[in-house]
Amino acid sequence: MPIYLAAKEMWRLKGRFLLIASVIALITTLVLFVAALAEGLGNGNKEYLEKLNADLIAYKSGVDLSVQTSRLNRPTAQEIRRVQGVRDVGQISAATASVVLPNATGNIGVSILGVEPGRPGEPPVVQGRQLSDLNAREALIDRNTALRTNLKVGDTITLKTIQGTKEEFHDLRVVGITDGRAFFLQPSVIMPHLTWERVRPGAVNLQQSQMVSNIVAVQLMNPQDAAAMAQKIQAQVSDVQLVDRVTAYRATPGYKEQQNTLDTQKYFALFIGVLVVGGFFQIQTLQKVPQLGMLKAIGASNWTIAFALLAQVLLVTVLGVTLGTLASLGLSLTFPPTLPIVFTGGAVISAIASLVLIGPLAGILSIRYATRVEPLMAIGMTG
Amino acid sequence: MGYALETRNVKKVYGSGNSVAIAVNNVSLHVKQGEFLALVGPSGSGKTTMLSMLAALLRPTAGQILIDGRELGKMSDAERTRFRREKIGFTFQSNNLLPFLTARENVELMLRLNGKFDKAGQRRVIELMERLGLGERLNSLPRQLSGGQQQRVAIARALVHNPAVVLADEPTAALDTERAHQVVQTFATLIHEQERAGIMVTHDLRMVQYADRVAQMMDGNIAREITAREEINALASEGRIENPSARLHAAPTPGSPSREQMPQPALAM
Repeated sequence: MPIYLAAKEMWRLKGRFLLIASVIALITTLVLFVAALAEGLGNGNKEYLEKLNADLIAYKSGVDLSVQTSRLNRPTAQEIRRVQGVRDVGQISAATASVVLPNATGNIGVSILGVEPGRPGEPPVVQGRQLSDLNAREALIDRNTALRTNLKVGDTITLKTIQGTKEEFHDLRVVGITDGRAFFLQPSVIMPHLTWERVRPGAVNLQQSQMVSNIVAVQLMNPQDAAAMAQKIQAQVSDVQLVDRVTAYRATPGYKEQQNTLDTQKYFALFIGVLVVGGFFQIQTLQKVPQLGMLKAIGASNWTIAFALLAQVLLVTVLGVTLGTLASLGLSLTFPPTLPIVFTGGAVISAIASLVLIGPLAGILSIRYATRVEPLMAIGMTG
Repeated sequence: MGYALETRNVKKVYGSGNSVAIAVNNVSLHVKQGEFLALVGPSGSGKTTMLSMLAALLRPTAGQILIDGRELGKMSDAERTRFRREKIGFTFQSNNLLPFLTARENVELMLRLNGKFDKAGQRRVIELMERLGLGERLNSLPRQLSGGQQQRVAIARALVHNPAVVLADEPTAALDTERAHQVVQTFATLIHEQERAGIMVTHDLRMVQYADRVAQMMDGNIAREITAREEINALASEGRIENPSARLHAAPTPGSPSREQMPQPALAM
């Protein structure tokens, strides 16, 4: 019975209900795009660290988990490797450079990452092959770099760095392409660590034993013991701090502030949604007071009236959220792949669930009001 | 004798202490199955309050109301709601119909509320509506119906679920004279045909000609009951009364014909 009443009214007044569903669709689009932007921009900061094939990341202690400030030498990395329970380690360094686009049509900024081939820190390729050795003049480019430069496996990538006050150009052969591995909000180029030492700003020519890296990626025998192993390594190796990947990427500069800002926008949009939907149904209920009074007078229970209203709120919300989601996904197909808009399953589902909830939350006041309508007053029988 | 509806010293008092208003004062009346009672009186006489209590929408301060053998005062709010749904049919001055349901769907509403909307119920709806001259308007929305048609739909809805009692609150308030007569005549005919107990509250004395009895309320009391046909017709023929007290002391005329002796009006279309 309640569903029947709700559906009949919505069918007869479809224009009105479609209007509020459209508003919900617009709010849905806004929320989803803000969530996707948060994800996309967040990826720019965290992608490399989030996907790292390591259970812990070692920093120099006392640097507030700053990759740029941290320095760990080869002996320290080997000392970490010797701690019981550690499977393998890999030294990783990061700097920034520019890729000179083919035909000198311009430059794009990239993060250049130095890793140990075959060790934690080197990402798996989706095309081509992995890096061969520490000195090889070769590189992996991530998907983001590939899209921006149109470089393919077998091409030569020209990197430009500043050495002192002079520009230097380095040609490396692209041997593989990875999935997205952005770092410091830039696409990345991954190369052997000693090659990185010769390419980076302030380049030096080093042997492996002299390698100094920003961080060390640590793989454990039992990943579920990560917390205990972090304590153990810190106790046995001096001057290091170990954290998990999530802590590491959350500490990257600007990540928290960026995410907080975008989350605030998302919650504000949801709050606006609650106000708009709530306002609409409250006005609807006020206009229907005589009808509600009549229904109660002929014997409709409060449950019937409340469920009918709740059914309408849910139907309108679900319709609006569905339309908004389809519109968002359709619109996203027209965006260039370089735009930092990423719809991930988890973020989309979480946003949709929040949006579907705003309906019932918004409808609570009007449902309460409807159940409290006094039939005699509503139908004018108080005289 | 078993009455379909009976009240025993029903009283309704508003307020307390020094600020007390007695809306209904020890009213006892009864209505049999198949009987149509008109409850008349000026504004403030208590007739609407009385009707509200009969409809189980208002609890009396004192006294008993029995409908179909059940006392309303002993029921909880949920039981009263259910009782209204099952045993009472009601038409109102206005806002009788849900605007988003067709005429037929508005009548079906009572069967759906009672969980009795089956094939037999659907047939009954159509039969009743055709009986009321609404056969061509089954799928019309309320805004497409005249005032008289809307009231007839409301009457159909009030009767479709076979209630024990049918109540009408000023059913002709928003209608012109011709439609008002049609509606009340229809109401009366169906009350008699279907053996329901019917009570109509009205200001318009012209409509009492269709009733079997008239109860005149004044200051919360039943000031007078008129059962003689001749006297009822005389009251009706004088139109809307301005000075109700002038009618209270007229004695019934001996030998006045009963309802059965009067020719029955044809159902208004």
